[in-house]
Amino acid sequence: MAAESIDISNAMLTEPTALGDWMLVAPVGLPILFGAVLLMVRHETRLHAGIAIAGLLLTLGANAALLLQVLADGPKVMTMGRWLPPFGISFTADALGASLALVATLVASVCALYAMKDIGATGRRYGFYPFLMLLMAGVGGSFLTGDIFNLYVWFEVFLISSFGLLILGSTDRQLDGATKYAILNLVGTTLFLTATAYLYGTFGTLNMADIARKADAMRETGPLMTLAVLYLLAFGMKAAAFPVNFWLPASYHTPRIVTAALFGGVLTKVGVYALLRVLVMLFPVERAELSGVIAWVAAGTMVLGIMGAIAQSDIRRVLGFVVISGVGVMLAGLALGTEIGLTGTILYAFHSVLAMTALYLLAGVIKELGGSYSLHELGGLYRAYPAMGAFALVLMLAVAGLPPASGLWPKVLLVRASLEAGWPWLSFAILLTGLLTTIALGRVYILAIWRNGPSGVPADAATGAPGYGYASMALLCVPIILLGIYPEPFIRVAEAAAVGLLDASGYIGAVFPAEAVQ
Amino acid sequence: MEVALSFVVSVFFAVAIYLMLSKHIIRILLGVSIFGNAVNLSIFTAGRLMREVPPIIPEALPIPEAATANPLPQALVLTAIVISFSLFAFLLVLAFRAYQELGTDDTDGMRVAEPEGEPMPPLGY
Repeated sequence: MAAESIDISNAMLTEPTALGDWMLVAPVGLPILFGAVLLMVRHETRLHAGIAIAGLLLTLGANAALLLQVLADGPKVMTMGRWLPPFGISFTADALGASLALVATLVASVCALYAMKDIGATGRRYGFYPFLMLLMAGVGGSFLTGDIFNLYVWFEVFLISSFGLLILGSTDRQLDGATKYAILNLVGTTLFLTATAYLYGTFGTLNMADIARKADAMRETGPLMTLAVLYLLAFGMKAAAFPVNFWLPASYHTPRIVTAALFGGVLTKVGVYALLRVLVMLFPVERAELSGVIAWVAAGTMVLGIMGAIAQSDIRRVLGFVVISGVGVMLAGLALGTEIGLTGTILYAFHSVLAMTALYLLAGVIKELGGSYSLHELGGLYRAYPAMGAFALVLMLAVAGLPPASGLWPKVLLVRASLEAGWPWLSFAILLTGLLTTIALGRVYILAIWRNGPSGVPADAATGAPGYGYASMALLCVPIILLGIYPEPFIRVAEAAAVGLLDASGYIGAVFPAEAVQ
Repeated sequence: MEVALSFVVSVFFAVAIYLMLSKHIIRILLGVSIFGNAVNLSIFTAGRLMREVPPIIPEALPIPEAATANPLPQALVLTAIVISFSLFAFLLVLAFRAYQELGTDDTDGMRVAEPEGEPMPPLGY
């Protein structure tokens, strides 16, 4: 054939993918594989938890190995389907994506453990664990892909899995919450697709590294500002930023508590990650022009979010609003756009994933021991379960940003960055949010745990210590306290991630090695 | 051709947003469906529009002789159609179940998860 005389090495890979590069797709491939196995043994509900935890631990190992490699050698790339980038889809892992994927998989493993108690045989037969694995595949894919349309596909993968988890149980409240969640999130991802359509029309490419290197040349002629604003709206909706956050408090208190823990910990951070990736790496000039808008959105999200928390009497709804206020704190670093600010945002994302998941699991334990989620009915738990009181204290200090737990250092970095940038009002908003969070969660602590019970411990409360609940919270408390008392390694990872975002040359050089040499 | 399709896309977006602003779930769902189609059409328009020119490469040449139809937007639109179709199917079932259980498709009346007039949290200890 004539084709054999043509040199294809300009457009296609001629050598098979190196064995080590397969590591890049393991955080996505493993959950899909184990999800498929779980579907096959759908009726053997006793096996589900073991298979899922094994799969998630393997994924965790793959993520850890990937992060270590990325920190040592810079971004790693694997291109699929033999076509060279920008035509083939490249998975590109940098410090930001790999570290967030690691933290997300960690909390998913803990949730899988907690679900052994929280999800009964019926919930397992309806597919809790397969949905969990596919959700993590979608989340891992979102963190690791280097192609913006592929990012949309992964968003939809974890969105449809989250629908399945959200309605598990089919109570009226869940149907109500899920309807609002599903419609508003679908509109959000469709907006993301709209922005991507215009991006493709402008750049003619979907590879993020390719977009980053072409953006400077397009700035005079292309409508990059329009694209940046569209992405800000779409990802702001996914991240639950004010004023497009109303789907979150409408739905996050309705599902099973372990589902809420996973969503509250992981899903909004995927939106924050996408904002960082697109606005900081692809459109840095536009982000700088929008920084005033983003700063107001951030301040509104954090202050109004936590004020919503103060007005609630259901612990799960309090936590939903605390999640929103945490998103606001992360957006503050995006508005600043400096290295310290972005380091603070990324560190806060690690902290928020761990601490919010642990707090939701704590709410589950409170419900198990005290028989209710309502602050009107709870009380007297401290005397009966002092260990639970200790967990609650550590986690609430973490979320409020007080030592010795994890929330302190990211807030220190963000306050310092906003003072350096000449925005004292933004640091005031961050500190005010810390104070209001202390009030909101302190009241939960006093009412649910510290005060004597209104009428003793309710009749339907469990007796004895909840083993799975304590084990899950203890597992999450280890990194939370470690981040609080020895933050250097975490800050180093966050700093590497922030530097990689601000100076995309390493990312671009990894995808297009030929040009890095020139 | 691109100009004409741009107008079609803008009409689709306008209709979709109008429907999604309604209080009734069924109208919102119709709006979401049209919204998805508006995006698909705009991806298609953002690629290169032309009469059917198959991307056949003559044996002597390494690349096609003339500009051919752009296959990438078609692949993107196909992916987006499949995804939005499956999500829309789920949404239809969910909305129908919610209508059966809650007895209304008016979003103002869907207050099971967030009841109106909830009591304030305890103000003293």
